[in-house]
Amino acid sequence: MNAMVDPYTTEDGRKIGGVLMDMRNITLRFGGVEAIKDISFNIREGEIRAIIGPNGAGKSSMLNVISGFYKPQEGEVHFRGSIRPPMKPYQVARLGIARTFQNIALFEGMSVLDNIMTGRLNHMKTGLFAQAIWKGAAEKEEIENRAHVERVIDFLEIQAIRKTPVGRLPYGLKKRVELARALAADPKLLLLDEPMAGMNVEEKEDMSRFILDVNDEFGTTIALIEHDMGVVMDLSDRVVVMDYGRKIGDGTPSEIISNQEVIDAYLGVAHD
Amino acid sequence: MSTEFLYFVEVLINGLMAGVMYSLVALGFVLIFKASGIFNFSQGVMALFAALTLAGIMEGQVPFAHIINSIFGTNIHHFGWHVPAVLAIILTVFVMIGFAWAVQRFVFRHLVGQEPIILFMATIGLAYFLEGLGDIMWGSDIKTLALGLPQGGARWLEDATAGLGGDDFYGFFIDKLDMVATVVAAVLVTALILFSQYTKHGRAMRAVADDHQAALSVGISLNFIWILVWSLAGFVALVAGIMWGAKSGVQFSLSLIALKALPVLMLGGFTSIPGAIVGGLIIGMGEKVFEYMIGPMVGGATENWFAYVLALLFLVFRPQGLFGERIIERV
Repeated sequence: MNAMVDPYTTEDGRKIGGVLMDMRNITLRFGGVEAIKDISFNIREGEIRAIIGPNGAGKSSMLNVISGFYKPQEGEVHFRGSIRPPMKPYQVARLGIARTFQNIALFEGMSVLDNIMTGRLNHMKTGLFAQAIWKGAAEKEEIENRAHVERVIDFLEIQAIRKTPVGRLPYGLKKRVELARALAADPKLLLLDEPMAGMNVEEKEDMSRFILDVNDEFGTTIALIEHDMGVVMDLSDRVVVMDYGRKIGDGTPSEIISNQEVIDAYLGVAHD
Repeated sequence: MSTEFLYFVEVLINGLMAGVMYSLVALGFVLIFKASGIFNFSQGVMALFAALTLAGIMEGQVPFAHIINSIFGTNIHHFGWHVPAVLAIILTVFVMIGFAWAVQRFVFRHLVGQEPIILFMATIGLAYFLEGLGDIMWGSDIKTLALGLPQGGARWLEDATAGLGGDDFYGFFIDKLDMVATVVAAVLVTALILFSQYTKHGRAMRAVADDHQAALSVGISLNFIWILVWSLAGFVALVAGIMWGAKSGVQFSLSLIALKALPVLMLGGFTSIPGAIVGGLIIGMGEKVFEYMIGPMVGGATENWFAYVLALLFLVFRPQGLFGERIIERV
């Protein structure tokens, strides 16, 4: 069988499973501009998959295709073994694909706790009427989900700010709250759009640790976009490299580092 | 206590209660504006339409009777039954939910991402459409709402307070309907706040009000929330329509109460539910007290303009209102 799809165990003992998400020949156009040109790659269960590339390479567009914010003109998206029909973003979220945004999209007027609770919305099944009169099942459900959220809060070490309105938090903490909200959904696939953009070294280290811990502890599959090459090489199991909407490399970090096309496009052509 | 002071207190209380009626209309505006950024000019007409529908259903009127009669040559106007108030209210709620769905499906779904002014213009169109629809469905004659709500002054209060002043003071005159409206408004606001703060759908509502993209990313359907919000606004309109309709009859001038809600919103802020209440109380109280104290000096009728002048002052000195979100332009 194909080495790209067989389950295996990594050196540090994490289990990488079969293909969770398979992007096949995706093409995305904005008017006449091709943001993504015929790209195929997959994401395997339990792995940390990085998408890298220079500015304007189409990385964020790719993430938006996965999360349903953009609809590709061509290609198929396969999720958990079957083709995913064109969907609205909220429907994709209900499949268990959570995401964060490059420019932080939090509910600024709501408390940290309430923000993270919105991540649990899809796990709460009681109807509008039961909600409105707030009894029995609805109350029990609220308590259960609240307990889950508290675990996420503990995990990401944000207990101290749980009642604070998000609008008052500094940038680094906002990023962490956004991760918490995505994580609260118990996602099958977690998409992180530049989780470390604009952070200082210390914040980057914290965030890297959290990403590794999330993957390690919950076995969450993570696909992330990142600019910091050092971070990408440390974190990810496999890397997709994009340039001008094309895929120019796909493999383990060590394979990517030695890929001449990647070096030329992304790291700059070496001066002899 | 001096008679004069007691009169002043009576004016104050009546003002507060009149303010509650304004708040009821303003509430509907706030709900929709918060969740979708749409300033719904048709809120007043929604109150009228809800009241018309309620009265029509209760009297067993045949909707669209004129059209049906002219097409089929029949002469029907009534089903010949009377629907009990509670059942009629429930049916009207369903009509308002249907209206919410239709507004979303046929109007605002096609205007997603448009400029606020375009959305506002759409609601003006909606107001006239709804006014016409109410006319065609239920006729244009003035209807009475026979809900059995108490009317007139509260005798017990008059008797109880008559002894406070001198011989010229006959006790506080306070409309029983106003008291009922106050209690209903208090219950309504408490319920709305509890719903939005502590339930899943309330949380989703606030999430949509805050950030559309983020709401989508956690699996909230914007469409569903907007229908929910318009339904809630429809329900609030029904309550306002009942109170105003019981007070002055269900007539088409009812839709003009929306104009009194505008200064309330300027004061309270467009995005705050408590603001709508406090704004209404201030306007109601201010306008009655102003009429009582200053009115005689300027020849009266100050109630017609007081609210708007107050709103104008707020626009100049505190454009976000008392409770609205502060407007800060980051550069």
